[in-house]
Amino acid sequence: MSDTARTPETLPFGRRVRRFMADRPLIPLIILLIGLVVVLEILRPGIVNERWVANTIKFAIPLAILAGCQTMTMLTGGIDLSVGVIATMSAFIMATQVGTHDPAIAILISLVPAALIGLANGIGVGIFRVHPLIMTLGMSLIGTGVLQVYQRTVIATGSSIPDILAWLGTGRTYGVPNALALFVPLALLIIFILRRTGFGRLLYAVGDNEKATRIAGVHYWKVIVALYVLSGLLAGVAGLLYVGLIKAPSLSLAVPLLLPSVAAAVIGGTSIFGGRGGYTGTIIGALILTVLATLLTILQMPEGSRRILFGLIILAVTAAYIRITEDS
Amino acid sequence: MSRFIRRNGWVFGLFVLFGLLLVFTRAIQPDYGSAAFISLTLAVLPFAFAAAAQTPVVIAGGIDLSIASMMALTSVTAATLMDGASEEFAILVVPMVLLLGVLLGAINGALIVITRVPDIVVTLAMLFVWEGAALLVLNAPGGGAADWLKALLVGTFAVPGVPTAITDWIPTALVLLVVCLAVVWIPVVRSRLGLSIYAIGSDSLAAFRSGVSVSRTRIAAYALGGLFAAMGGLVLTMSTGIGAPIPGPYLLASVAAVVLGGVTLGGGQGGLVGPIVAVFILRLVRSDLTFLSVDPNAATIVEGTIMVIVVMLGALVALRSRST
Repeated sequence: MSDTARTPETLPFGRRVRRFMADRPLIPLIILLIGLVVVLEILRPGIVNERWVANTIKFAIPLAILAGCQTMTMLTGGIDLSVGVIATMSAFIMATQVGTHDPAIAILISLVPAALIGLANGIGVGIFRVHPLIMTLGMSLIGTGVLQVYQRTVIATGSSIPDILAWLGTGRTYGVPNALALFVPLALLIIFILRRTGFGRLLYAVGDNEKATRIAGVHYWKVIVALYVLSGLLAGVAGLLYVGLIKAPSLSLAVPLLLPSVAAAVIGGTSIFGGRGGYTGTIIGALILTVLATLLTILQMPEGSRRILFGLIILAVTAAYIRITEDS
Repeated sequence: MSRFIRRNGWVFGLFVLFGLLLVFTRAIQPDYGSAAFISLTLAVLPFAFAAAAQTPVVIAGGIDLSIASMMALTSVTAATLMDGASEEFAILVVPMVLLLGVLLGAINGALIVITRVPDIVVTLAMLFVWEGAALLVLNAPGGGAADWLKALLVGTFAVPGVPTAITDWIPTALVLLVVCLAVVWIPVVRSRLGLSIYAIGSDSLAAFRSGVSVSRTRIAAYALGGLFAAMGGLVLTMSTGIGAPIPGPYLLASVAAVVLGGVTLGGGQGGLVGPIVAVFILRLVRSDLTFLSVDPNAATIVEGTIMVIVVMLGALVALRSRST
C-alpha cells in the first residue's frame, strides 16, 4: 500500500535527476571519476595522496592531448587513427636529432613529419573523400614504414631526451606536474577554438550536416585539411611530451595510446558520428581511463582479466552514457 | 559475358591485376614457380580469412575491429584443446572452435544492437576483451595441433586425370580456402539472410520498412564474421602448430583488403571474391619487393601507398559517377 503511494513521488525525482544529468553530461562523468578514486582509496588505503594525483595527471596528459585529436576529428564525423604513429614518430625523430641540433630546432624538425602526415590525411579525406578510417590507417602504415627506414639511417646516432622535455614530462613544481604548464594553455586553446571561433563552429556544422554546410558556402576541403593538420601537430606535441615522461624513445612508443585515445573521446561524450561533444568531457575521459588503469593494476589480476575488464568498462560506460543523454 | 564483366568490373580488374603481377614476378624472378606460389598461398591464408571475416560485417554497414583478437582467441583455444590430445579428438575440436567463433561474433553484434553504441566503439572495446580472454586461455605461445590438420595445408592438390604440371599450381591450402569460404558464403548469399545483409548495409531504414529484422540480420553478419575469424584462427594453429595469444597484424590488413576488394565502407556493396584476390595481390606485391631486394621496411611504405592511392582513385571514380 505504502509502495503504491510512494511511487508517484519517486518517479519524477528519478526523471528529474536524469534530465539534470542529460543537460549537464559532465556531471555523471565527474561522479564516475570520483567513484573510481574512492574505490581505489578503499582498496588500498592511503594511495590517494598528492604524489599519486600528480602522477595520474602526468600520465593522463599525453592521452588527453591525443584524445583531443580524436575529439576534433570525430566532431566532423571522422577519426584519426594515425595519431599513435605520428606521436611516436615525432618523439623518435626529436630524440635522434637532438644530438646534432639544438633542442628547439630538433623539436621543430620532429613536428614537420607530423604536419605532413596530417596534411596527407586532410587531402585524402577532404578532397578525395576517402573514408577517414581508411585514410588515417593507410597513413599510419606509411608512417610506420618511414620510421623504420629512418631508424636504419640513425642507428649509430643514439638518442637522448632534452632537459626541457624531461622537465615538462616528469618534473614537478611545488607538487604540481610541470606538464600542466603546457597542457592547460593547450586545452584552453582547444576549448576556445571549439567554442568561440568560426573554425570550431564549422567543425560542428560539418559533422552535423555536411550537405547543408556546403550549400551554405563552406569550403569543406579547407576545413578538413586544416583540421587534420592541426590534429597531426597536436599528436606530435603529445609524442614529445610522452617521450619526456617515458624517457625511452622506441618505434612503438605511443602506439598503445591510440585505442585508449579513441575510448577517452567516446567516454567523454563525443559522438563518433559527428556534430556533438566537446573537449572538457574528453579530458575527464582521459582521467577516468588513467585511474581505471591504476585500479586494474593494483587489483593484481592476471594481464588477461585486466584487459577484459578494461574493454568491458569502456563499453559499459559508453552505453550508460548514451542511455542517459539520449533518453530524455 | 560483357554484362557480367561490367557488373563485376572491380573484381575482374583485380584478377587482371593479379595476373599481370604474376607475369611481372616471373619476369624479375625467372625461377618463380609452383613452390613459391605454394608458400605465397600459405602466407596469404590467415590474411584471407581475416579479410573474409571483415567482409560480411562491412557489407552490413558495420566494421569489426576485434577480428585479429578473435583469431588469437580461437587459435589459442584450438591449440590448448589439441595439446596432447589424440588425433581423433581434433575432429571434435574443429567444430567446437568454429562454434566459438560464431558465438564471439554474435556477442559483438548483440552488444552493438543492445547497447546502441556505435560499432567502432563496441568492437574496439571487445578487441581488449577477446585479447584478454586469449591471454587467460594461454599465457605464452604454446599448445599443439593434430598432425592430420597440419597436413591439410601442405603440398599440392592432386586431381586424378589432370597432369601434374597443372596440379603443381594448385596448393592444398588454396583448395582449403576456397572450399571453406564457398561452403559458408554461397548458401548465405543465395538465401534471404544474404539479401538482408546487403539490404541493411545499403539502407537500414528502407530494409526495416520492407520487413527485414535489422537487429537480427546485424547479429548474423557479425556471427558470420566470427565464423570466418575462427577459421583464420584454426589456420594459424594449423600452420604454426601452436597458438599465440598476441593478435597478429590482421586487422589493418583485413580492412585494406576489404576496401581494395571493392567492398565500400558504409555497406551494401561488393562480395567475397574481391577482398580475397586483393589479399593475394597485397602479399604478392610484398614478395615482389623482396625479390627486387627492396628494404622490407620500405615495403611497408609501398604497401601503405598502394592502399591509399587505390582508395583515393576508387573514391574519385565514385565521386565522378555520382556527379554525372
